[in-house]
Amino acid sequence: MVTKISPARDYLLFGVFAIAVLTMPVWLAPIGAGYPDLLQKFAIFGLFATGFNLLFGLTGYLSFGHAAFLGVGSYTAVWSFKLLGMNPIPAAILAVVTSGVFALAIGYVSLRRSGIYFSILTLAFAQMSYNLAYSVLTPITNGETGLRVLESDPRLFDSSANADGPLISNLFGIEMTGYAGFYFCAVVLLIGFFIAQRIFRSPFGIMLRAVKTNQNRMNYTGLNPRPYTLAAFVISGMYAGLAGALMCITDPLAGAERMQWTASGEVVLMTILGGAGTLLGPILGAALIKYFENIFSAFNEQTLHEVFSFLPDFLEYPVVSVAGLFVGEGWHLTLGVLFMLIVIFLPGGIMEGVSRIGRLFKRSSSKAEPSGATAPAE
Amino acid sequence: MEILRVEGVNKSFGGLRALNNVNFSVEEGTVQAIIGPNGAGKSTFLNCMIGRLAPDTGTVMFGDISLTGMKPYEINQVGVSRVFQTPEIFSELSLIENIMIPTMAKRDGSFALHAFKRLDQDAEVRDKALHMLEDVGLVEKRDDISGSLSRGDKRRLELAMCLSQDPKLLLLDEPTAGMSRADTNNTIDLLKRIGDRGITKVVIEHDMHVVFSLAEKVTVLAQGAIIAEGKPEEIKGDPRVQEAYLGGAHL
Amino acid sequence: MDVILLQLLNGLDKGGAYALIALGLTLIFGTLGVVNFAHGALFMLGAFCAVSFNALLGLEVVTVDETQTTAWGTPLEVRTPYVEAYLGDFGAWILNYSVPVSILIAIPVMLLVGFVMERGLIKHFYKRAHADQILVTFGLAIVLQEIIKSIYGANPIPQAAPVAVRGAADIGALFGFDPGVIVYPYWRMVYLAFAGVMIAGVFAFLQFTTFGMVVRAGMADRDTVGLLGINIERRFTIVFAIAAVVAGLAGVMYTPILPPDYHMGMDFLVLSFVVVVVGGMGSLSGAVLAGFLLGILQSFASMNEVKAIFPGIDQIIIYLVAVIVLLVRPRGLMGRKGVMEN
Repeated sequence: MVTKISPARDYLLFGVFAIAVLTMPVWLAPIGAGYPDLLQKFAIFGLFATGFNLLFGLTGYLSFGHAAFLGVGSYTAVWSFKLLGMNPIPAAILAVVTSGVFALAIGYVSLRRSGIYFSILTLAFAQMSYNLAYSVLTPITNGETGLRVLESDPRLFDSSANADGPLISNLFGIEMTGYAGFYFCAVVLLIGFFIAQRIFRSPFGIMLRAVKTNQNRMNYTGLNPRPYTLAAFVISGMYAGLAGALMCITDPLAGAERMQWTASGEVVLMTILGGAGTLLGPILGAALIKYFENIFSAFNEQTLHEVFSFLPDFLEYPVVSVAGLFVGEGWHLTLGVLFMLIVIFLPGGIMEGVSRIGRLFKRSSSKAEPSGATAPAE
Repeated sequence: MEILRVEGVNKSFGGLRALNNVNFSVEEGTVQAIIGPNGAGKSTFLNCMIGRLAPDTGTVMFGDISLTGMKPYEINQVGVSRVFQTPEIFSELSLIENIMIPTMAKRDGSFALHAFKRLDQDAEVRDKALHMLEDVGLVEKRDDISGSLSRGDKRRLELAMCLSQDPKLLLLDEPTAGMSRADTNNTIDLLKRIGDRGITKVVIEHDMHVVFSLAEKVTVLAQGAIIAEGKPEEIKGDPRVQEAYLGGAHL
Repeated sequence: MDVILLQLLNGLDKGGAYALIALGLTLIFGTLGVVNFAHGALFMLGAFCAVSFNALLGLEVVTVDETQTTAWGTPLEVRTPYVEAYLGDFGAWILNYSVPVSILIAIPVMLLVGFVMERGLIKHFYKRAHADQILVTFGLAIVLQEIIKSIYGANPIPQAAPVAVRGAADIGALFGFDPGVIVYPYWRMVYLAFAGVMIAGVFAFLQFTTFGMVVRAGMADRDTVGLLGINIERRFTIVFAIAAVVAGLAGVMYTPILPPDYHMGMDFLVLSFVVVVVGGMGSLSGAVLAGFLLGILQSFASMNEVKAIFPGIDQIIIYLVAVIVLLVRPRGLMGRKGVMEN
């Protein structure tokens, strides 16, 4: 319950989260996730999922087209590099603005319908953007090749960066690759998380929950659900655009495949896996999926044999061949299975699992717990 | 003074004439009941007043505002609240949140983007909501999820949600349907108590006990038309009403 | 005129595939109330029934023919598929007709798949939110397509139509147009006829059998049918299995038109969903109508004359139509009120 969480607890949560994110290179190193490329992905997809959750988790509107905003953000960022220079800040700001405008247009139309009709409308818009980016919009998107920054681009405010070498986004001389790139993304994620946290606790946030719970009552309570939902849609589109910009800030290349519906499906997955409607869940879901994707797809027959070498031979071969289905190229199979298991057994996602365990723990440790409703973990 | 005036309202569904030239008015500060047998058009009538259905012809005037063609949330914003036959509440939210939402709707209008304020720091809204919950006797359950309430408590909550907006006119669609006798009496007491606030009420009701303990004026609908209107005692003795309503049996 | 006729024909076979998938989707949604995102995967599984059958037939026996020699002077190795070796001419016939014959394999396989899917998974999701249903079937679709990928690889596997219907007919000449303008492959005609028969079969089944009557009643008002003491659950299983068979057979017959690969199901699913929504959720005739309509529109939009006026229209036409239909007719072309709106 929103109204039960005190400001002090929120600041504590934010503080712990900030420390955890900023020290990720340290504490993730032992499980093989401490390197910058993967850490950047954690932050970027965490931001994307956080934004998606503001729409889906709070209002219950399931958008199947959020990848479109990711793509719009990416293209805008690269254009900002091309025209204005390699500074990530204008790129990020412009990406937020354009994706916000896009979201306003698409949301205005799509939100005239609800339920699966809304999902199909958003899917239709995203697929249109994707197909157009590949075909007629090639002058803007550079089609299949993808949009990249060229030496010959004007880059108005970037005269100092005329040196040779690959064009990399840099913040006043600090190149946005490696750990510097990760820390830039991490700071953006923290800002995004802070805003999301405020929205969760705000009157606006409770109105969004009201949209999810009972729009009829909302109408008869004197509230117009449409602008609330549209605002959530636009904000969540801006988050997606910002995530898209971060992708290009760490690697200045934008391709249309980023807008495909499978990318939209991925963010749905992350949010559900972590727990829709919770603050930390989507970020956790995003990190887990990216982590496992990384780990599992790196496995091959050879490494599997090493892992299962403790088994007797007659067992090892069948085990390896079965396990082989799930790793490397077959990583998506693992993802599919994981996804089904979560939806079937833990509809509230990982955060629900955590709070269930927490409740169990509480019950067994102190029976004197007052009988109030237990707050879901946030 | 008249607060609500309905003139010449007609509504048909295909070939079925649900409302036939209905004229109806409500005096400010009174409790008026609409009764009638099943299918008499009571709910249609209410829906036409509240903007859920658009009448084919006729006008609905609330003070000097025409309600016809207005959206439900606009009608609420001018001061009309409604309690539904099956309680419409925000069942995934806590009780206190359920009351805070209408309180904010009353204060901030149909849309306000307060995305950066903390809801729990809004003392005005919070106090008002707590006060309201106390009034209906649900204050101990303020942090429970409202979906877990009993049916009677859900109704009380819905009533509290409406009352928290200090409406000028409160429409109640069978507020005691499906309640036990004890719960019904509690609700009657509650409705009488809030009568002191000077809220005009229109009650649609099946239960004669409720009608006669609450209403100052009763309107009888049958087959989409008003067949009688008057004080409860007059209605009790009206042979036309007995004929239409009970097929001749005595009340 | 002739160009328009040609595009009309071209749109019909794709429309037929859309219609068949959308029909199954609608049947499942209408009766079971489940949004099945794994339906495209059933289409794909059907196509791979044909692939598997063909691969099985392709197993060869190697015999050495002493009477003949190769250019190197060694005895000639003759590779004969087992079926041909054992069954002679009949075996050769089966090989030739492997695609249509695999229907016989696909029917039991798809029935079984449908049965297992419904009993094992879908059944538990009747009472869950639509979002959950979408998500779990989406997960299942990923699993199914990845399994196929791990068996058959990622590349499309072309399947040949029987020799007799391999060519194309100059339909235009029959109707007095210039020869060579309207050329239409025989197999597409076969597919169109097949789609027509399947659709007619499903409708006849629903219209003229007692079972079909109960299903239609269930689509109109599920609660009441349940109250009448009819065991609707068992019928759900059968309906699901039928829908799986329809999708599977649509996939089998489509293989000579489009070489199947593991993600063909997803490609068709997204479009089929658009078809269902355009037709109106829960309306069977709407699904068929919208299937053909969108197939034809797509083929018209890919004409060069049209593309010259609206660049890129072929890429977006289906989605554009979906958006317009949903905004103008909120419940699709033939949808009913209150279906799937919460």
